[in-house]
Amino acid sequence: MKTARDEDELAETVAAACGPLAICGGATRGVDLPGEVLSTGGLRGVALYEPGALTLVVAAGTPVAEIETLLAAQNQQLAFEPMDHRPLLGTTGEPTIGGVVAANLSGPRRIQAGACRDFLLGVRYVDGGGTVIKNGGRVMKNVTGYDLVKLMAGSWGTLGVLTQVSLKVLPRPETQATLRLSGCDMKQAVRAMSAALGSPFEVTAAAFDPGVGEVLVRIEGFADSVSYRGGRLGELLGAFGGAAALVQAAESAAIWQRIRDVAPFAHQPGDVWRLSVRPSDAPAIAQRLNAEALLLDWGGGLIWARVPEGTDLRARAGQFDGHATLVRADAATRARLGMFHPQSPLLEKISAGLRARFDPRGIFNTGLMSSLQTQDA
Amino acid sequence: MEMPAPDARILARKSRVVERLQQVLPHNAVIHELSETRAYECDALTAYRCAPMVAVLPANTQEVSEVLRICHQEGVPVVPRGSGTSLAGGALPTADCVILGVARMNAVLQTDYDNRIIRVQAGRTNLSVTGAVQAEDFFYAPDPSSQLACAIAGNIAMNSGGAHCLKYGVTTNNLLGVTMVMMDGSVVEIGGAHLDAGGLDLLGLICGSEGQLGVVTEATLRILRKPEGARPVLMGFDDTEVAGACVSDIIRAGVLPVAIEFMDRLCIRTSDTFANAGYPDCEALLIVEVEGSEAEIDAQLARIIEIARRHNPVELRESKSPEESAKIWLGRKSAFGAIGQINDYMCLDGTIPVSELPLVLRRIGELGREYGLDVGNVFHAGDGNMHPLILFDANKSGDLEKCEALGAEILKLCVDVGGCLTGEHGVGIEKRDLMWHQFSRPDLEAQMAVKDVFDPAWLLNPAKVFPLEASQPRRQAAVAAQ
Repeated sequence: MKTARDEDELAETVAAACGPLAICGGATRGVDLPGEVLSTGGLRGVALYEPGALTLVVAAGTPVAEIETLLAAQNQQLAFEPMDHRPLLGTTGEPTIGGVVAANLSGPRRIQAGACRDFLLGVRYVDGGGTVIKNGGRVMKNVTGYDLVKLMAGSWGTLGVLTQVSLKVLPRPETQATLRLSGCDMKQAVRAMSAALGSPFEVTAAAFDPGVGEVLVRIEGFADSVSYRGGRLGELLGAFGGAAALVQAAESAAIWQRIRDVAPFAHQPGDVWRLSVRPSDAPAIAQRLNAEALLLDWGGGLIWARVPEGTDLRARAGQFDGHATLVRADAATRARLGMFHPQSPLLEKISAGLRARFDPRGIFNTGLMSSLQTQDA
Repeated sequence: MEMPAPDARILARKSRVVERLQQVLPHNAVIHELSETRAYECDALTAYRCAPMVAVLPANTQEVSEVLRICHQEGVPVVPRGSGTSLAGGALPTADCVILGVARMNAVLQTDYDNRIIRVQAGRTNLSVTGAVQAEDFFYAPDPSSQLACAIAGNIAMNSGGAHCLKYGVTTNNLLGVTMVMMDGSVVEIGGAHLDAGGLDLLGLICGSEGQLGVVTEATLRILRKPEGARPVLMGFDDTEVAGACVSDIIRAGVLPVAIEFMDRLCIRTSDTFANAGYPDCEALLIVEVEGSEAEIDAQLARIIEIARRHNPVELRESKSPEESAKIWLGRKSAFGAIGQINDYMCLDGTIPVSELPLVLRRIGELGREYGLDVGNVFHAGDGNMHPLILFDANKSGDLEKCEALGAEILKLCVDVGGCLTGEHGVGIEKRDLMWHQFSRPDLEAQMAVKDVFDPAWLLNPAKVFPLEASQPRRQAAVAAQ
């Protein structure tokens, strides 16, 4: 394994590499890739944190936990609520902010606050030739040149090795509450979540656990506001049948950590898939999956499915608007089915073109993102 | 502002190009007489004008595809145009180009309240997107000042913002999918009604690419339910630095207003005289707006006012009614028009870290005195997006050049304090040659490499965004290859 102490050393390492490199943050996602491991773990530390400007600039290898502690001390947070994969995948290691950004990890609050990529203000990265590139910056509004910041978010290290990221942070709400609506089937649940999300009450998360038939709707903010909105939402959702109960503060937070980390699937057998869909399509798609267990987040727009090992879930899902990612499976299944959803030939061509420009030698994370390359891995 | 000389070989092919375009478009959609192409000679950066060789007005994706295929085969540069409201010259033609106007593509294709999306043709104006859903109490959040006229296509090209983006984000945060035509005429679908498009984030890449990667013909946008209500508070301060500190304290207190607007003395006085808004006589004015139910608004405004009091405001005026809200916003909303009444002006758009506000305002004042030009400041303080307005006299020889030189100094200052050249207007031609100040050569090479992938012949809006010197080898190679 190669590590670098700083950006310059990392750039030299990349320039001198003569074979594939497997870029690694905290190694919590259990993806094995060919080539020598290049760790960003040595790039740590906060370069700048201005609570009054809601801005954080941090080295890519900095642990997420360290950042969350730092922000919490100022009553702020990473509003996109990144998932911790360790419970689901049974991995160890320490999630890093670079890893979060590289996978564009966004939790339940994505439906209201935005995804990781929406909070990413700037990046520094090392390209495939070992050159340091910067894009974006540390300010909230920036349209100067092309937005490579978004491109780097969710590129899984295939276009460059992130060395530094700038993030917009947000105030941590004073309190939260969750409305639990029991006795729903999936169709009712998605309708109820759509009604909640289409209300003026600023719902910050909406999930459905079919195992217990329970819709969960979160509201956050100042205490008086949460109490008011909780009441109004209770009236609104009463129309969908079932009994509604309001759960406060810490108990509410625990619910959403479980949803964020897909905890119901931890220690349960089988492969785990993640599907991004049009929310109203979710019930029909979910039915076709014939899964052992399901969990819906994002008002139905995100389906987590647990299926027997080796199941080709994309074949079961058939044609739909969206995509399915294989999150937990053994290496053979990953190689056979591919982690990422195949794209249209034209999109594949554009993506391959970008990859060839950013990493002309094709050394970064070979076997990730492109469906063709995944087959070879 | 220099533009590349028109290619004589292209001009010589004009009649053939026109003929081919007429074969795929209705006759009135191909404009080629000089008397008519003049209508497309500039956008809202009116200091620069050049009539295009041809202008076309396709009505759908298929027609756009045909136009681009022909232009690609003929090696003719194409400049896409939304509604022509760009302040950066993003839609400025060259004499050898085809202007591709999207104005005829303005239909609503689908509204879906359950999934909170709307699908529109990209020529639809920003405000009419909200217009299509407001009966159901929904709205489209990005609200650039030109929203009555500007098109979604241009919003996507420039990644437009607005006064309310502190809470709701800019175009890129509200765009879920596009249909886009590539320069060779092929059509690509990206994203859709789901929240995260698969694969690399090409949607994020296209948004803000200033019409250089493809022509967006349809877009899927997020729509949101309107809040129950909204009301502002107006505060006046004797010191711009104190106003800046107040902004920072409000943000730190955990209140997230939907807008925080700032005006300096010159803008306060000019717009007050113009609109009779009853603004106080002071150095700096803040308008802070919050949303929610009546009780929630009261509670948030109370918190904000409590913070403001610690900074000894000369005036605190909390709106209690729609009429009072309108009066508070009146002066701010008419600021640009008010200044336009008394002077020619150039509107800049740099963004700075909010903490640098006092320093930057002081330096702008000093620079203005050095150049002998007045500068007013009105901007979105919550996110540091400045809009310095440099007053000049277009009829006075040398004044425009002096104004541009001062503008460049101010934008460099924004970069030097950790900000950027443009927060929401785009680079266009206006800031093209200042890009060296913000980016290294490898930084710019990485961006230009993206264009190489989408538009290898560099035919789409080629002379924008990048310093001409930087893009020249690529533009030259593309011409030589024809």
